Amino acid sequence: MRREIPLLITAIAGVVFVVQYFIPHSPFNHLDGWFSDWFSIVQACAIVLGSLNLLMISSQKIARKKEGWGYAVVIIVSFFLITIIGFAGGEEFRDVGTGFDWLYNYTYVPLSSTMYAILAFFVASASYRAFRARNAEATLLLLAAFFVMLGRVPIGDLLTMWMPEGFRMSNLATWIMDFPQTAGQRAIMIGIALGLVSTSLRVILGIERSHLGGE
Amino acid sequence: MEHFGLWVGAFLTLGIYSFLYRDNAWYKLCEAIFIGISAGYWVVILFWDNFYGKFWIGREEEPMLWVGAALGVLMLCRLVPRIGWISRWPLAFIVGATAGLWMMNYFSSNIMAQVQSTIMPLLGEGYSASFGEIVGNFVIAVGTFAGLIYFYFSKEHKGAFGATARLGIWVIMITFGASFGYTVMSRMSLLIGRIDFLLGDWLGLIQ
Repeated sequence: MRREIPLLITAIAGVVFVVQYFIPHSPFNHLDGWFSDWFSIVQACAIVLGSLNLLMISSQKIARKKEGWGYAVVIIVSFFLITIIGFAGGEEFRDVGTGFDWLYNYTYVPLSSTMYAILAFFVASASYRAFRARNAEATLLLLAAFFVMLGRVPIGDLLTMWMPEGFRMSNLATWIMDFPQTAGQRAIMIGIALGLVSTSLRVILGIERSHLGGE
Repeated sequence: MEHFGLWVGAFLTLGIYSFLYRDNAWYKLCEAIFIGISAGYWVVILFWDNFYGKFWIGREEEPMLWVGAALGVLMLCRLVPRIGWISRWPLAFIVGATAGLWMMNYFSSNIMAQVQSTIMPLLGEGYSASFGEIVGNFVIAVGTFAGLIYFYFSKEHKGAFGATARLGIWVIMITFGASFGYTVMSRMSLLIGRIDFLLGDWLGLIQ
């Protein structure tokens, strides 16, 4: 029963939410909105589970004095610092000038943006390897990237100033992004959607059961 | 406090960049702070916005919100090993409902709507477009079709089918190149933003 009930729930929920697409009357026309609200509430509970898991793993690391246990202490302290300040702040917790706002602006923002910004260096090294014109396909990749990158900076237009308006680097980059790039994206998007539809059907019919875990 | 904050921000920014030299204690410290702060940040945001803002405030006006709360409580059953299996019920509901919703939404928006906007008029009465747009519409129609042919692996890529698939891989290569170039530029602008913070906000060397 521990497996059958969840499979039944998945199937019924799936069928109901497919049916609601075709019936624009109450209560089916409310289902989309309700689901979005339910999902938000479940999300709030799921993050509690995730955080408890993080705290448990970090605590175990500290208790067993594993290598790098000092960093686990930092994780726990930072977690409680922002959580306590956030909860103590009440409904206005993120107003300008609050402790939460300070932590967000001077710890979360610099850390998250630097984590993404550091990728610039790795992307540069990956570009060097990817953009070698070894065959026709790699040459196309190189040329498309070259035009798009040069078209996004002022020097691109400066170099092609002598050409007619439509052939200047920024316009060329826009054309590549708007047409051939869109064509490829669209083919990928349609392929993904076809895969998603078939996977959804497998889930609803109970053929795909990996979301219920092992056991 | 703002001045102190700038120093903290600079310390953390430089700490993450120190990884470019090699993995070190400063980077690991900043990484640990990032893990703790971001986990805590999302707990607070989801509590106030989703649980309090959606459920607690609206529970009397909208009784259906209790269903979400019940699903959330069932999810928390995972904390008690003896009844942990019950947590599969909300998960099963979410997965089933998402599968049903997405199946129809993706079919309509990512298949039907995309096919519709791929087949654009090239010429005709009441339709005016520049030469570049007409060529572009043709490129989109042919490129999308060829790209889809490339992804069809149930038939061997030979003859006319193979030639179309080859055109498809060219279109996909242009897409990857353009997307890669675009990503490089967005990462560069983030890098410029961090340098601007260090040299401008923190050290005041640039205005």
